[in-house]
Amino acid sequence: MKSTRGGFGDALLEIGKLDEKVVVLSADLTESVRAGAFKASFPDRFFSFGVSEQDMISAAAGFALEGKIPFACTFGVFASGRPWDQIRISVAYMNLNVNIVGTHAGITVGPDGATHQALEEITLMRVLPNMTVIVPCDYYEAYKATKAAVNYPGPVYLRLTRNNVPFITNEDDEYKIGEAAVLKEGDDLTIIACGQMTSICLEAADILKQESISVRVINLHTVKPLDRNKILEAALETKAILTVEEHQVFGGMGSSIAEFVCENNPVPMKLMGIRDRFGRSGESDVLLEAFGLTSEHVVKEAKMLLEKKS
Amino acid sequence: MGNKTDIELFKQKASQIRKDILTMLQEAGSGHTGGSLSLVEILISLYCYKLKHDPKNPDWSKRDRLILSKGHGCPALYAILADCGYFPKNELSTLRKYGSRLQGHPEKGISGVEASTGSLGQGLSIAIGMALSGRLDNRDNKVYCIMGDGETNEGQIWEAAMTAAHYKLDNLIGIIDHNKLQIDGPVKEVKNLEPYKEKWVAFGWKVTECDGHDFNSLIKALDWAYEVKDYPAMIIAHTVKGKGVSFMENDNKWHGVAPVKDELEKAFKELGEK
Repeated sequence: MKSTRGGFGDALLEIGKLDEKVVVLSADLTESVRAGAFKASFPDRFFSFGVSEQDMISAAAGFALEGKIPFACTFGVFASGRPWDQIRISVAYMNLNVNIVGTHAGITVGPDGATHQALEEITLMRVLPNMTVIVPCDYYEAYKATKAAVNYPGPVYLRLTRNNVPFITNEDDEYKIGEAAVLKEGDDLTIIACGQMTSICLEAADILKQESISVRVINLHTVKPLDRNKILEAALETKAILTVEEHQVFGGMGSSIAEFVCENNPVPMKLMGIRDRFGRSGESDVLLEAFGLTSEHVVKEAKMLLEKKS
Repeated sequence: MGNKTDIELFKQKASQIRKDILTMLQEAGSGHTGGSLSLVEILISLYCYKLKHDPKNPDWSKRDRLILSKGHGCPALYAILADCGYFPKNELSTLRKYGSRLQGHPEKGISGVEASTGSLGQGLSIAIGMALSGRLDNRDNKVYCIMGDGETNEGQIWEAAMTAAHYKLDNLIGIIDHNKLQIDGPVKEVKNLEPYKEKWVAFGWKVTECDGHDFNSLIKALDWAYEVKDYPAMIIAHTVKGKGVSFMENDNKWHGVAPVKDELEKAFKELGEK
């Protein structure tokens, strides 16, 4: 088990060596966002902005305008909501290659509670034209996503988590921004997840298999742009879609899938996630249970959704 | 530069640019008149005197950068850019119209426009990113950022003020078009900025003040700012909102209103029919 922020930090050091254009901007959380190794190796290309996220994001735009490849890093709550207008105008409107890294996403941040549990970034970022939104499921995927973001055109938002999560991809698996990964084939129902919910959904699929329910599991690491082909295939072939995210369901990953499915091939859907409430303090596993985001809850919802299938 | 003949030419240019601005705005039927007119001498001093730039090669890497953070003043910027030859002058009449490059607020992509601005408070931070990049690349140039006084109500400006001083950005020069009016009324009444110069000094900048409509005063301030070492430099340019047209001067009604035809004619008479 390793964290997705760890995958980011290791990749950041690597791309720092490979490309002199890479610069890192930090808002007083350098070790927490795992940018410390980059800072130690490339002090000239590391810029501390203090607790000034708005300034940091617009300055990142300034770097990008000069051909640099900035990674602006802080906690998800401060990387998305706090400087949203700066992201909208300084970054997205100019379609700049600015990479925004929001760690400590989701309720699994734990004891810090609601103020620090980012549950809205997918919604806030995907509504912006030109923006790409990536939510890696494990360490390796975070590592590859970070490397892929370097030369990916336009702005990228990388949503990462604090806690260690199981490895569910392999080091040598191919990774491409925008191409979802089918982790399990199945015909009765599709579960689409992102981030650390992906491993929980794989567990749920195993439980359902024991009950002879065949589940397709898709790792939607890129929430925007959507992999429309894989989602359309899932809708056509399994005729029911369950989405699971550690994020508000309103406007989140599930919403984006529902928008696409309802326009193209409506099938029964259920959106699992945080439903219109703030987080609470507590240990990660306690919170996942309290907010209904465990494999047992996914199994229950999958069965209820199957009943709705015509 | 800065000799008597140049100053006379600059003054003539200022009248012409004001007429261009008013014509554009009248044709557009909307836009920000007062804060465009207050910028005219500042922009002429920059584009015709201080800036290293080449309209034929707008991406020249060693050029000085200029960010108009108070993006609503873009009619003045467009007029001077067209005058320099960045794009054809007849394009000015397309301001704010569908299909035009000349958006209601500046958009990156127009030749000579360095960054999209319009949501106040962001330009100084963008300029900081450019200045830090310039330092990384050992580039010997300056990054200028023009702000409005009302704009400095934005907290981001003061975040950026601290950052620029922290990094001792002596390749960054700020200019404030201090016309003392914002949408709701006098800056003093909306949210008092005083003591203004002292604020910037306290934030770690070297600061000078000048008459933002007097070319000698502006040139002196720009020359001073250019030589400042180890600190970011700020020029507080005292200006008059609506400058040059008597019935527009010092009247915040003209913040976001364009002149109609007969107002344009009256204004032209005051500016000289040359």
